[in-house]
Amino acid sequence: MTKALEISKLCKTYGNGFQALKSVSITVEQGDFFALLGPNGAGKSTTLGIVSSLVNKTSGRVSIFGYDLETELVKAKTCLGVVPQEFNFNQFEKVGDILITQAGYYGIPAEEAKESADYYLKKLGLWEKRDIPSRMLSGGMKRRLMIARALVHKPKLLILDEPTAGVDIELRRSMWKFLQELNEQGTTIILTTHYLEEAESLCRNIAIIDKGEILENTSMKSLLKTLNIETFILETDRILVEAPDLFGFVSRINVEGALEVDVKKDQNINQLFECLKSFDWVVTSLRSKSNRLEELFLGLLQKDKQGSEI
Amino acid sequence: MTARQIWVAFSTIVVKEIRRFTRIWVQTLVPPAIMMVLYFVIFGNLIGSRIGEMGGFDYMEFIVPGLIMMSVITNSYANVVSSFFGMKFQGSIEEILVSPVPNWVVLTGYVMGGVGRGLAVGFIVTLLSLGFTNLHIEHVGVTASVILLTAILFSLGGFINAVYATKFDDISIVPTFILTPLTYLGGVFYSISLLPEFWQVISKFNPILYMVNTFRYGILGVSDVSIFFAYSMIIGFIVLLFSFSLHLLNKGQGIRS
Repeated sequence: MTKALEISKLCKTYGNGFQALKSVSITVEQGDFFALLGPNGAGKSTTLGIVSSLVNKTSGRVSIFGYDLETELVKAKTCLGVVPQEFNFNQFEKVGDILITQAGYYGIPAEEAKESADYYLKKLGLWEKRDIPSRMLSGGMKRRLMIARALVHKPKLLILDEPTAGVDIELRRSMWKFLQELNEQGTTIILTTHYLEEAESLCRNIAIIDKGEILENTSMKSLLKTLNIETFILETDRILVEAPDLFGFVSRINVEGALEVDVKKDQNINQLFECLKSFDWVVTSLRSKSNRLEELFLGLLQKDKQGSEI
Repeated sequence: MTARQIWVAFSTIVVKEIRRFTRIWVQTLVPPAIMMVLYFVIFGNLIGSRIGEMGGFDYMEFIVPGLIMMSVITNSYANVVSSFFGMKFQGSIEEILVSPVPNWVVLTGYVMGGVGRGLAVGFIVTLLSLGFTNLHIEHVGVTASVILLTAILFSLGGFINAVYATKFDDISIVPTFILTPLTYLGGVFYSISLLPEFWQVISKFNPILYMVNTFRYGILGVSDVSIFFAYSMIIGFIVLLFSFSLHLLNKGQGIRS
């Protein structure tokens, strides 16, 4: 089956000599929900910029649904919808006009464009705002407008560059739901985000990029399997001053006075509870200390940093 | 893209551009109208009545074609330079860059937007001039074609300026330091036959002189320059600037990193 996106040996050196991408290769299958993660300045936006034709590549090959960006640019662009990181619509245009104009750039006649625009305005909760200038929207609405604009021509591949940055939790969840629905309907989605919880919840495959190189490119499942330790925070009915000896579990008391316990891959939480039961402690709450993906992400970056220092 | 899709994309850009300058009509259509009325009153009525005839015509009649052409030149240029640079500045240029619309359609669309504003202002100024003089058009074809070609040419000029501009100052440098002096020295207010021979020769290096005179020829039937040469020059410049603008777009100058 044709790949939704194929990036092969992509390199980019900017005019000032900065090498942003060093032979990046990524493949995204049709129907995938794919995360491209990396710290600031890792090369995520440059990669997506080249795919979106906003950045000129130095070398390498990019194809979207089998259409090469060099030889079949028009067909490739037709398959693609882009939600950039920064608000980049005309602040003086009306919300509805922005969508209809965008559809027009794809050669969609006004009537059809209006139908599609109306659908996404309603779907993303912007219908009431369709006749006001876009600058008068709230931050969250502006984000939704950018998603609606990217979808108005019904692309097969949607790229979202930090779509939920600065969005409150309620809206973020509703955007996740919308994106999941869209993906279930067949749209391939590529996402970059700094909220790793977002990537873990939504994405099936993942690539981690740092300093212009791909550090990891695998399925979310297999990546999470590589996690060796998970830390849990337990609240008990006791006031703890010192960490107890938990027979094989490494533990400590955190600044809030709660018990933190590291659970290794070959251990299980039942053993931990049995241990606590023997002390006659009542566990009142249990939560994971941090996002599992976050642990892995930081671990990979740390490994890369150590590697480059050697 | 099919021919129909290209037409939709082209008309989308043109409609968007026309909507832009009509939405802010107080900034785009009213000021040139006020300025031209002041020119008609001060230069045409007050000073012009003391000057007498120019090139065999009442001074007001003589300056009207030049002033109409001046408003078309400045407004077609200003429309494209401010609109395209505004899109670059806001980042909304990316809406077009990610879409499949071909570069020549983008360029033609913006140029037509500039032509639209240039002609709209030209029409308003022409209507206003009727309050000061009787306008009789000698050669309708010449009048219409030269004003259209001039609007195209200066829209292309505005586009190139916008591509290279990196800050708002950059979009006013060319109109202030190049366009305005060339327009004022391009025979809007006088016939170059009044100048000493040396300055007549120098004036003939000013391309705006040919546009103003060809337009004046269309309306009054008199010109200081060869009409054939003027048309050749204007068309030559259009071809040159269109090719250069397209090259800049294909290269992504100022819009792609």
